Amino acid sequence: MYQSVFTNRREFIKKMAVLSAMTAAAGMFPGIIFAEEQEKGIPDGANLDWKKAPCRFCGVGCGVLIGTENGKAIAVKGDPKSPVNKGLCCVKGYHSIMAMYGKDRLKKPLVKKNGRYVETSMKEALDLVASKMQETIKEHGKDAVSIYGSGQWTIPDGYVASKLFKGCIGTNNVEANARLCMATAVTGFLSSFGLDEPMGCYEDIDYADTFVLWGNNMAEMHPVLFSRLLDQRLKRGVKIIDFATRTTRTSMAADKTIIFNPQTDLAVANAICYEIINNGWMNTAFVEEHCNFSKGLTNMGYGLEDHYKFTDRPEAISFEEYKAFLEDYTPEKVSGLSGVSVKDIKYLAAHFGDPNKKVMSLWCMGMNQHSRGTWINNLVYNIHLLTGKISSPGNSPFSLTGQPSACGTVREVGTLTHKLPHGVVANKEHREFAAKIWDVPVENIDPKPTYHTVEMFRALDRGDIRFMWIQVTNPMVTMPKLKRYRDGAKKEGRFIVVSDVYPTPTTDIADVILPSAMWVEREGLYGNSERRTQYFEQMLEPPGEALSDTVQLIEVAKRMGFEKQFYYKDETHIEEIYSEYRRHHEGKKHNMAPLEVLKNQPGAMWPYVDGKETKWRFNAKYDPACTNGKDFHFYGKKDGRAVIWQRPYEPAAEEPDADYPFWLGTGRVVEHWHTGSMTRRIPVLHQAMPHAYVELHPEDAERMQIRTGDMVKLTTRRGEISLPASVNQRGVPAPRQVFVPFFDEQMLINDITLDSFCPISKEPDYKKCAVKVEKA
Amino acid sequence: MPIKSYLVHPKQGKKGEVANALSNMDQCEVIAAKNEELLVLVTETYSEKEEELLREQLQQFRDIKLMALVSGFNTPKNT
Repeated sequence: MYQSVFTNRREFIKKMAVLSAMTAAAGMFPGIIFAEEQEKGIPDGANLDWKKAPCRFCGVGCGVLIGTENGKAIAVKGDPKSPVNKGLCCVKGYHSIMAMYGKDRLKKPLVKKNGRYVETSMKEALDLVASKMQETIKEHGKDAVSIYGSGQWTIPDGYVASKLFKGCIGTNNVEANARLCMATAVTGFLSSFGLDEPMGCYEDIDYADTFVLWGNNMAEMHPVLFSRLLDQRLKRGVKIIDFATRTTRTSMAADKTIIFNPQTDLAVANAICYEIINNGWMNTAFVEEHCNFSKGLTNMGYGLEDHYKFTDRPEAISFEEYKAFLEDYTPEKVSGLSGVSVKDIKYLAAHFGDPNKKVMSLWCMGMNQHSRGTWINNLVYNIHLLTGKISSPGNSPFSLTGQPSACGTVREVGTLTHKLPHGVVANKEHREFAAKIWDVPVENIDPKPTYHTVEMFRALDRGDIRFMWIQVTNPMVTMPKLKRYRDGAKKEGRFIVVSDVYPTPTTDIADVILPSAMWVEREGLYGNSERRTQYFEQMLEPPGEALSDTVQLIEVAKRMGFEKQFYYKDETHIEEIYSEYRRHHEGKKHNMAPLEVLKNQPGAMWPYVDGKETKWRFNAKYDPACTNGKDFHFYGKKDGRAVIWQRPYEPAAEEPDADYPFWLGTGRVVEHWHTGSMTRRIPVLHQAMPHAYVELHPEDAERMQIRTGDMVKLTTRRGEISLPASVNQRGVPAPRQVFVPFFDEQMLINDITLDSFCPISKEPDYKKCAVKVEKA
Repeated sequence: MPIKSYLVHPKQGKKGEVANALSNMDQCEVIAAKNEELLVLVTETYSEKEEELLREQLQQFRDIKLMALVSGFNTPKNT
């Protein structure tokens, strides 16, 4: 919306207050215009060239219009043509262009020599990266080199990374930070439906009567989508139920907040299923026609030890067996464990059970960063499957993403160790298909997955991995039990390359730092939470010698002798890469829209078939891939049926005890995007939220005589950290729980978190470990 | 030093009058929507007590149908 200079903190805060109100207003009146304010920062007489792009930050994928003049972005506003945000932006979106103009932007490659970083040319730096990688492969084998990217990789970035490492070098050491945030959603979808990503879309919001937010602080994490919920409440009187472990801004706006004890969402979800069946609310015809029942292994462990392995063994069960299993989850039995009253459990179940109500479940990190995350995803699908409230407008279990292309790149391109753009490395046909498009011998693609993210950093620590290239992510802030992985990365004999736009704690461990072109300084594509692929053109020149991550990878690939596979021309490489990538997804189940279509409209949802996007998958009325002649076809499974899973409650890896009597959970704040490496360079956002803090319940604070601003020492079995207290401020945790945002590199909360993970998805549980709390 | 923002819904046809009246108050800043009957109001006061008094004053506006608090910030330091 502008670029303006504020003179003091009060001005920043006033700006925040104005933007909060405008965001809320836009939720109630989509398309509302505050002309004076929205155009305030645009210089008089400016001759702006406005071009569309998806926002650089979260996974909602808002459309923005960027105004450029004389080679600089000077204004940004919501794109009224975008069906995602209808002209609205959140506080981060309105300031997004400023993230490109931080004073300490990386412009020249840096190479560490004798402990000091020395500027070098891009050509020399890329020569060094290629030769180091070849040297490492020669000395230690192909599985000693790795790449770690992110859900901020554009689709072409991830695609060429996967092609180089999996197709050409022949290692499955390809991972991305989406393992830390969305891997559980993937395994949830795959185990229940056989295919990844939501069946519905944001338009479900316009039809649902009840919204159940499962541990999801949407008001701060997905404010634009949340404003669409508030708009529907004003128009249609819909209900918003906040089911959470902590009171947040979402709770303040919700119709009802139900607080549960950490990890017990598993038990409550089963209790809802019990109520649905016991009260005769089950949609028997739907279940008999479209569902199977299964159970898997239990007592899986938590992945705390190196080389931990787990593979589930599904076993078919009958409906009667499933019903008997649920006898352990009556509301009365679950209430004591969960802290949720019997009345509230029945209230939740009644919303799902009411045949006249359409229900949308929404979740993000609360359910995904969970040591039984795949299970809780399955359980929410169970609720929707038992009631038949799925794959139709307004009936929608919907997993939200946190990054602009966690879906588009990591999940769809498949930049995870076990994945290929189409299918998995373990499948011979899938390997043959990928090898043909990649123009590599099929033997190049190793059928065995190697390391998921936590294990990849453990391998780096152990010395099994010697070379790691990290692009567009900041693991030295985000990895759980961080100290081990930071120390491991610094060990002798490791070579780390980091491509980024600013210095971060991750560039601190690098041997080579490559400056990257950011967002609209290059051409690219993102894919958002609702399967929408969006294109953006290059609008600006990157600073100094900065290059896009795509080009960096192509240049290194060519230097390693893979010119034939990386044939792309400079001027047309994005178009060529995307055209090649689309071949992997041809067919009615996942066809991607042509680039020309994406250039001319604010994205398109896949499957894109016969010139039309698919809004509701698996529903024969909307999805041309349904072929079973029935109303619904869950074609990801061979028999066309979705799976209702028997999944029990099991405790978290580490729970409060006498020595560490509190729960510690971590998360985000509205002002900063993830580790803040971009948003902390935006003065208005940095000053509005300058540092991390620890939220305490007021009763705990009073007992320990802690007031807001007092320093508090947190101690876990991994270490200790001191942070200022926050009591009765933005968020309020339940008694005996504390919450700390993770964005602040000066107060690295992940030094003391635990690296337990969901055994199926391998995604860490950042929401639960035991901590001692003291006044410092 | 509280700073708060509100959404102000004026009574039908009263947007201009309410905007003018609020703009004339020292502690108030008003941003009017161009195409809806809605105002964004930001209040800035020097103490909780002054804030309380202002709120009471605002509640007496007969042309305001509804006033909803959106955000509240306090800046005891670094003003």
